[in-house]
Amino acid sequence: MQEIKNYTINFGPQHPAAHGVLRLVLEMDGETVVRADPHIGLLHRGTEKLAESKPFNQSIGYMDRLDYVSMMCNEHAYVRAIETLMDIQVPERAQYIRTLFDEITRILNHLMWIGSNALDLGAMAVFLYAFREREELMDCYEAVSGARLHATYYRPGGVYRDLPDTMPQYKQSRWHKGADLNRRNAWREGSMLDYLDAFTDDFPHRVDEYETLLTDNRIWKQRTVGIGVVSPEQALAWGMTGPMLRGSGIEWDLRKKQPYAMYDKMDFDIPVGVQGDCYDRYLVRVAEMRQSNRIIQQCGAWLRANPGPVIVRNYKVAPPRREEMKQSMEALIHHFKLFTEGYGVPAGETYAAVEAPKGEFGCYLVSDGANKPFRVHLRAPGFAHLSSMDAIVKGHMLADVVAMIGTYDVVFGEIDR
Amino acid sequence: MSADTATLAQRIEARLGERIVGVCVSRGETVVDVLPENWLAVARALRDEDEFKFAQLIDVCGVDYLGYGQVEWDTTDVTATGFSRGVEGEGPGRFDWAERPRSGAGHRRFAVVVQLTSVAHNCRVRLRCHASDDALPVVPSLVPLWPVADWFERETFDLFGIVFEGHPDLRRILTDYGFVGHPFRKDFPLIGNVEVRYDEALGRVIYEPVTSVVPRVLVPRTLRHDSSLEQAQAEQAADLQKS
Repeated sequence: MQEIKNYTINFGPQHPAAHGVLRLVLEMDGETVVRADPHIGLLHRGTEKLAESKPFNQSIGYMDRLDYVSMMCNEHAYVRAIETLMDIQVPERAQYIRTLFDEITRILNHLMWIGSNALDLGAMAVFLYAFREREELMDCYEAVSGARLHATYYRPGGVYRDLPDTMPQYKQSRWHKGADLNRRNAWREGSMLDYLDAFTDDFPHRVDEYETLLTDNRIWKQRTVGIGVVSPEQALAWGMTGPMLRGSGIEWDLRKKQPYAMYDKMDFDIPVGVQGDCYDRYLVRVAEMRQSNRIIQQCGAWLRANPGPVIVRNYKVAPPRREEMKQSMEALIHHFKLFTEGYGVPAGETYAAVEAPKGEFGCYLVSDGANKPFRVHLRAPGFAHLSSMDAIVKGHMLADVVAMIGTYDVVFGEIDR
Repeated sequence: MSADTATLAQRIEARLGERIVGVCVSRGETVVDVLPENWLAVARALRDEDEFKFAQLIDVCGVDYLGYGQVEWDTTDVTATGFSRGVEGEGPGRFDWAERPRSGAGHRRFAVVVQLTSVAHNCRVRLRCHASDDALPVVPSLVPLWPVADWFERETFDLFGIVFEGHPDLRRILTDYGFVGHPFRKDFPLIGNVEVRYDEALGRVIYEPVTSVVPRVLVPRTLRHDSSLEQAQAEQAADLQKS
């Protein structure tokens, strides 16, 4: 009789459904997965070590490049760790702006996720729909920071600048003209908050559109219902956080349980799943987009009514204003010292965590009192999630592995660091 | 929440007092120091007992304390020619592989730090364990308690060379296949020790000692006693006491 052996295949690192650079060694019995061994680290840049050789502020930009679809949430964890060690009180308006942008980031991330996950599972159209709204939100990133992705907007002590009073408008071109141009510019007549108001009024209908495409879609349900079931016990044991944990029915959200920034003043709900399968996690993420939309509206209303400073006036950590530097020698010296030497952070250690779109993103910071961190460790949610791959995917079909990678919402910038 | 963490520290002290080195609360965070021989027992108690219920292991990471608190640019003494410059420090950008700092008599260089979360009681705790031997740091593995420790410990082994006793599959995880050394140790140069390039003649990628980068420091490490920061903090503390 012919001997039948298990077959080992390499999935990735150049596979479009591998979401970047995941090399997955799969041992297959026919089309069933017997063992999955993810090989990671192909995008390892040593961010933590690089941060040890630079003054604190110069590493904020690295944080954007970790989870490069939820940029500002990563910055938030890092600056919160510095603020805890230095004992800085951040102005209220800056806290509201951070809350606002954390939620914009969450929508950006979930839009990327819904588009790419649907694309992996064969639904092409959702990707195009999701990128339409992503474009609108990235314009907000660009308006406050000048960069569409890697913003470096949060700083220890606040945010770099206040929200702009105007939004850039589209100019007439071969691609934008006539009624289309007017429609695009109609939202951009006023300030960024007006623009966000228009966006948040419109966005729930857009989410309805994605749901029309997917929620009752027969193929979508065949690919996700009952696939990758994670029990609540498993979710806890594997250190899962964010939608992975909530999809299994555990109501745990740092924004509610250990509130930071202005989340304790926000009115929003935590959606949870029941079955803990890919479909439930899809529903949780879609519901989260709607909740984020509510938070953006609340932040917008407050920010409109309460002008004020957006960064502390402590020149050891925040630069003085440009106008001041033209007049005052002191201000010029502060500026020079801040951007050349940086600032010393009192010796000690802290762990600051935020509820990033993918789960708990934490920053463990050890300082020995110098102007550079002694040790920075970044706790990436995707790292813990992906490590459970073998346990969850065992016994599934090859095509379900793709569904599972999609539902983990992996981004290798943060996993490999 | 601060009252909660205070009582958590007291509860840990009361329950596990003889098995831990110490508990402290700093900045509202509870930190427990444990010896390697009690590491598993303490972790198990924190996971299973009803008053703790730390069901989630959030993070494991290593810390290398070589050169802790050392400066590269001494700014305390001023001479007639200015500040003393270019102090021979052990900062990560200062040296290449040949001139790497050797760990001296400094004891207990490596530590493993673990963050736990209790979903049931909504609290966090940080455990720290210094490995007793600097040359071969060994710490018991937490994989039997939390499966997620698997990858976190592999990462710590890869980057720091801390060996986890009882780990089922202690392979490298983040660095390249066939990598030599533990890059996050403080005596590992920031520029690395090998670089790769494609060799036309051999028709394959080859590894060579680093020549294209020179070690350099753009901003020296300084430790200053920042008077204005200290003053601001003192004022803030005084304000708090008044209110």
